[in-house]
Amino acid sequence: MAPSEAATEIVVGEFASLSGATASFGQSSHKGTAMAVDEINATGGVLGKKMRLVTEDDQSKPGEAATVVRKLISREHIVALLGEVASSRSLEAAPICQQAGIPMISPASTNPKVTEVGDFIFRVCFIDPFQGTVLSKFALSKNWKRVAILTDVKQDYSVGLSQFFKAHISANGGTVVSEQSYSSGDKDFKAQLTAIKGTTPDVILASGYYTESGLIALQSRELQIAAPLIGGDGWDSPSLVEVGGKAVEGSFFSNHFSVEDPAPEIQAFLKKFNDKYHEQPDAMAALGYDSAMILVDAIKRAGTTEGPKLRDSLAATKDFVAVTGKITLNAQRNADKSAVMLEVRNGQFKYVETVAP
Amino acid sequence: MNEFLQQLINGLSLGAVYALIALGYTMVYGVLRFINFAHGDVFMVGAFSGMYLSRWLKPLLGHWPEWLFAVVVLAGSMTFCAALGILIERLAYKPLRERPRLTVLITAIGVSLLLEYSGQLLFGAAPRGFPSLIESRSLPGLGELHATNIQAFVLTATALLLGGLHLIVMRTRMGLAMRALSLNPTAAMLMGVNTNVVISFTFGLGSALAAAGAIFYASLYQAIEPFMGVLPGMKAFVAAVLGGVGSLPGAMVGGLILGVVETLVVGYSKVLGIPPGYRDAVAFVILILILLFKPSGLFGKQQREKV
Repeated sequence: MAPSEAATEIVVGEFASLSGATASFGQSSHKGTAMAVDEINATGGVLGKKMRLVTEDDQSKPGEAATVVRKLISREHIVALLGEVASSRSLEAAPICQQAGIPMISPASTNPKVTEVGDFIFRVCFIDPFQGTVLSKFALSKNWKRVAILTDVKQDYSVGLSQFFKAHISANGGTVVSEQSYSSGDKDFKAQLTAIKGTTPDVILASGYYTESGLIALQSRELQIAAPLIGGDGWDSPSLVEVGGKAVEGSFFSNHFSVEDPAPEIQAFLKKFNDKYHEQPDAMAALGYDSAMILVDAIKRAGTTEGPKLRDSLAATKDFVAVTGKITLNAQRNADKSAVMLEVRNGQFKYVETVAP
Repeated sequence: MNEFLQQLINGLSLGAVYALIALGYTMVYGVLRFINFAHGDVFMVGAFSGMYLSRWLKPLLGHWPEWLFAVVVLAGSMTFCAALGILIERLAYKPLRERPRLTVLITAIGVSLLLEYSGQLLFGAAPRGFPSLIESRSLPGLGELHATNIQAFVLTATALLLGGLHLIVMRTRMGLAMRALSLNPTAAMLMGVNTNVVISFTFGLGSALAAAGAIFYASLYQAIEPFMGVLPGMKAFVAAVLGGVGSLPGAMVGGLILGVVETLVVGYSKVLGIPPGYRDAVAFVILILILLFKPSGLFGKQQREKV
């Protein structure tokens, strides 16, 4: 195919929360994505062209995601969009990409609504009905029957995860003794925790993101609540331990992968990441890397970057060997993958078990 | 009943922080008749300076009793913020003193943004954990209730700071000059009050109290980030209006009321039918009600605009 005018490179857009409340997610997924693009360019690019990644920061703010994505599409003429981690912000961008006919791949948004927006929206991670079930089964296996739930009402992710967890555990012998909520950015949870304490739960689900969950752990220990905490992949950040310190020890959360997994893909990724950034990757970095690699694979198979053809090629992704497991995109454009349960021990995330879909 | 008392303890310690920030707003308003919107960001700088101070001083003074160490960090951070407050006033507000008040107000918003984004550049955007100056322990002898030694420290230190402030304002020459300036700036100047010094002092004092509030806030809620000052700053502003802008006891009472009301609304959201997500709205509903029904606040003096 003859390159069209000025198309000596393939421009891929990325929007991420590089600053603000969930900055750790955006920075991690960006590092993974950027590493994948560098790797592709170092081996000659794709379709004979160099890839150029244009990244915009949405500052973790509602509303900002839509603005930066419109800018990426209209000014940078991107062929595909990678992002975001937080479901609320992916949900802002998805209708825009769908309307513009530009394929979007979310690395880590687990709320089912994201890909329901339309047939141009994909993701490389599992979804919350599965994650909620994993957490509920885990709680039941520990014989934690009385559960309290603390939800971040401003995040679709947290609302969805709480809802799926509640549905599964209520139907399988557990009781939800208390349901409390808060808004992203809150620092004081003592009022909610005091109310929870009165209901003597066996376990508390903190379905929000890492900063708030770290604070919830700290403040629950201050109020002498002994019940352990569990959470979802929104906990996956070193900031959880930085904020929560000793209070998050002995808590559990579900995640996309574990750095302790001996699988060769994971170990190779760990080494590359460590050589480049001198730090250990988290799941968001691995998923960011996978989202870019899936896109490259689809562009290669399509032989073009035209929206509809690229979409069809993405939808046909089958058994792609990614860092976070084999990825086959199903009819709902989600990845069916297994989850791992991790425990916070000595400030590190220790592998407990793998749960297949 | 126990749960109610517990919520009251939670609310009072939050309210103490609001009160300390509100005092800064009120003092500056009393002397200069303008709201220093950068005050909440001085609060943020207070938290970060506290974090760095405690990291640097830990190897040197780590063997001191922890309360003494906490006081040293507190004093250091207060001094730093006092200097910052004086500097901001000198550089940003003083050149505009003869201009319309709106100009200064907009400059204050500019200073606020400058501090927030410089903070993001220097400290990074991700929330940081605040080192625990005092190991958190439950106070014995309260039965079912749980108050930590940190909450006790915060409330005691706030009471001491307020007592000190009262002495400064009521018993010293500088306090007398501050009160004179707030009554009538021109007359005060004619009587030989050095306005520049008094205004600097007021900014220094207010900023030091904000730093103290920040250390307490960070000790209670542990996570600090460059935008942490925005919301507490706004709420402290509401507290100042609630108590009556310009009134020191008003700022204190306003802060405590706001902290308690906010905590109770969240704690009893099911009973009241207000979702906890509306906790921040509570403060602003109070603001609207106060402006509608008692614009001068609880302790403010009614002032007639001269036409």
